[in-house]
Amino acid sequence: MRSVYAWSAIAAIVLTSAIGDVLLARAMKQVGDVGALWRRTNLWIVVGRILRNPYFLLGVMAMTVAFYSLLFGLSWGDVSLVAPASASLTFIANAIGAKIFLHERVDRRRWLAALFVAAGVALLAA
Amino acid sequence: MFAAAGDSLISCGMKQTGAVSLAHLPSIILAVLNPSVALGVLFLLAFFAAYMMTLSWADLTYVLPATSVGYVLLALVAKFLLHEHVSPTRWIGILLISTGVAFATSGPASTPVPPARETEKLDAEAVSVGGHR
Repeated sequence: MRSVYAWSAIAAIVLTSAIGDVLLARAMKQVGDVGALWRRTNLWIVVGRILRNPYFLLGVMAMTVAFYSLLFGLSWGDVSLVAPASASLTFIANAIGAKIFLHERVDRRRWLAALFVAAGVALLAA
Repeated sequence: MFAAAGDSLISCGMKQTGAVSLAHLPSIILAVLNPSVALGVLFLLAFFAAYMMTLSWADLTYVLPATSVGYVLLALVAKFLLHEHVSPTRWIGILLISTGVAFATSGPASTPVPPARETEKLDAEAVSVGGHR
């Protein structure tokens, strides 16, 4: 029963942090290259535009939910399961999310990168 | 610019992972009182800023594997500065992450996107806003 709680927390973390990452990435793509904007205008205009972007705010909210899910997950399950499992699966969920929602060209190289990193992160904490 | 952004991102990512593990090990209430958490939050903010800057010009599927170099650096710091024992399983993990990062960074950093018009429009807005100052 305990492991059901832990795994549902892991699922919640993976889902919300992937949603958050995709939303933040979309927000930053809308804002445009921050370095180039900064050179042309000034820092506060860039920061203001980022903060006014609705996707950015939604993304931060999703990240907050992910963080609280992590706290819940850590109280329900072992750190050695919840932290690496959620970190590792997030890489794969993000690749899927980026392909579907951001229309990034996720070629075989990038799938391999996501899989290798996910496996490596899982092993690091094992 | 490429290397500088990547380096700052990676080093901040490393600090972030370190800070997060510091923040999670004690109980959550105690963590709030812990002064090292304040430093952790500061690093988190720095990481977040660098992360956002990089996301503004590179793909998510490119940036995420790149940030995972932080895990490798963390393990190396543990080995050489803290003299912790790094088990063979972890070395394999480090190897896998490095391979994954190599895969990602050998490709292009961003998908060539057609909606360049939108960016130009935003740029024009930025210039006009900046012009009023």
